[in-house]
Amino acid sequence: MTVTLFIPCFVDALYPRAGISMVEILERLGHTVVCPEEIACCGQPPFNSGYHAEARAIATPVLEKLADAEAVVIGSGSCGAMVKNFYPELFKATRHAELAKQVAARTWEFSDFLVSKLGVTDLGAKFPHKVTFHDGCHGLRELGIHKQPRALLANVRELELVEMTEVSCCGFGGTFAAKFPMISTAMGEVKCASAAETGAEYIVSSDSSCLMHIQGLLSRQGKPTKTISLAEVLNHQ
Amino acid sequence: MSTFVSDFKTRATEKAGDLRHRQVIRTALRGYEIVRDKRKAAFQSWESARQAAAETKWEAVNHLDKHLEALTAKLEARGTKVHWASTGEQAREIIAQILRDKKARCIIKSKSMTSEEIHLNHALEKEGFTVVESDLGEFIVQLRHEPPYHLVFPSMHLTRGEIKDLFQKELGDAPSDAPEELTMVARRVMRQKYITADVGFTGANFAIAETGMISITENEGNARLTAALPKTMVTLIGIEKVLPRFADLALFLPMLATAGAGQPMTCYNTMYSGPRQPGECDGPEEWHVVLLDNRRTELLADAEQRDALHCIRCGACLNVCPIFRNVGGHTYGTTYSGPVGAVITPHLRGLQEWKHLSNASSLCGACTEACPVKIDLHHHLLQNRRNASASEPAFFERLAYQIFGIVANEPAFWSLAKKLGWLTQPLQKAVKGSALDPARAWTKTRDLPAQPRESFKDWWRNRK
Repeated sequence: MTVTLFIPCFVDALYPRAGISMVEILERLGHTVVCPEEIACCGQPPFNSGYHAEARAIATPVLEKLADAEAVVIGSGSCGAMVKNFYPELFKATRHAELAKQVAARTWEFSDFLVSKLGVTDLGAKFPHKVTFHDGCHGLRELGIHKQPRALLANVRELELVEMTEVSCCGFGGTFAAKFPMISTAMGEVKCASAAETGAEYIVSSDSSCLMHIQGLLSRQGKPTKTISLAEVLNHQ
Repeated sequence: MSTFVSDFKTRATEKAGDLRHRQVIRTALRGYEIVRDKRKAAFQSWESARQAAAETKWEAVNHLDKHLEALTAKLEARGTKVHWASTGEQAREIIAQILRDKKARCIIKSKSMTSEEIHLNHALEKEGFTVVESDLGEFIVQLRHEPPYHLVFPSMHLTRGEIKDLFQKELGDAPSDAPEELTMVARRVMRQKYITADVGFTGANFAIAETGMISITENEGNARLTAALPKTMVTLIGIEKVLPRFADLALFLPMLATAGAGQPMTCYNTMYSGPRQPGECDGPEEWHVVLLDNRRTELLADAEQRDALHCIRCGACLNVCPIFRNVGGHTYGTTYSGPVGAVITPHLRGLQEWKHLSNASSLCGACTEACPVKIDLHHHLLQNRRNASASEPAFFERLAYQIFGIVANEPAFWSLAKKLGWLTQPLQKAVKGSALDPARAWTKTRDLPAQPRESFKDWWRNRK
């Protein structure tokens, strides 16, 4: 299969290892990976702030580039939800309405693609650490992804998964983190405390944006817990 | 910036960093999700129950005119006086006039968020009436001259120790901080008030169109006494509380208790169908029901967000909301706080003045998942943002997105932006968290990740 990989803007700039791991995993599974260089962002920041015209200005070329893709795989639940759930709304009653629906139907979040589309749960990875998994809220509630990353982690050699008792948002929320920094920080602190309770060395997530927020707090507060993307864990030998 | 926004930001910043407050609320809600989930499991299918409840409310709200007329006809047939109030001001005047006519001095009240919405106590006290809240939590916040902190748990922000001190100061009696003993103190005070009150005032959880009944749910029995002892009873109810059929209560009563407090059923569920009838030995001689619109019909006119009128005020969305849990109920500055408050307040009180509540969300969706009547809460927050930005765009914010769009759409610009980001890292470190730092909102409490020299796209290009 030819997989069109959509690497979100912050993964491209800040967490290339996550994207590289996705490419390597998909290629190891025998698929052809293409990655349109013109695509940088899905348009979620303006969309979530209510600026639909500005969001469409970013999303329209994205949609056109993805028009012929066999399968679109996005390395983030949040951006995945944007393309899968919100593009049809954003392009409603525009000339791209039909295309938005078609692309949405062919779009997958990375862990969902591996498990639900390809039927793969064992990637032969080894990661000898105790980890906990953070569900990004968009992946969890917009896309309903919960079992998929856990099915993948269950087959990672020497990995011990300990769940957090509290399922809560990390407090990132895109521009929310900058518009209401103290609320966002308080939410992040609650998240970090839940993760610390598990005794995990690593917090793993499908969403690098959540990890950026969590790691930002952990580093500032001098906490030893580390963060790593799911793709990197799955690509670890 | 309007005072509503700046007040919200100031209070939110203060409360979010208040570790004691955070602990008190976490303690108060500890176990809520566990007992709630246990009660949910007692339903044959909680998801089907939610769907059925949403459909019933959809039917109720979409034929509101018909149901309200049926309700009124039935209530009037049994001698109840029904009043229609378009605004809070009208409702206050109707109620005050009833009290004047009755030459009342003291009013005993059971819990009613709708009366908070129209600031009834304040208006009545200004006219010289004595108003006593009889719900224990409401009684406590009334003693503190505070509005309720939470739709269902008005004093959840207070510890027993604080309540003991309050009772000692205001009532001169607080033997210990044991909840039972404190309840007995409140009970002694209130029993006197029930006897002397001229008018009993209640809110309502549901109104049944089919039978002309008002349904009141409570745990303390205070609403029953409020409705039973005084000669005159007044009930204030928002028009969206109507349900088509009596049988609908079979779903809504356990659902309200489960979603709101993790109870199988609230302790007392009473249906009122009229004042004392000939031959009956108790109950009020007169019953007035005030039906309040107060801009609910404007929400009704909004096809996209009409389902917000489904709300049964269970408080489930507040309980699970990470924003509410960190900033607390008073920070909102509104009667209805939490996610549902953020959704409806812009409709009830003005979008531009209250849009900040819709922005103060990470859009995590925990509220929508928790809502028993399936209000699409967090998507409504997005719609409020869209409506607010469309009618009054913020100049610099829009400009920033326009510039971001140009950069994101042109690979050469995007590469350049990444290069600049990488090159200026030493500078970013030097100003980190200071007034000179453009990313200060982030860096004041959080580190930024180190940006690698080679981006994903650099790697991809080099590899090819």
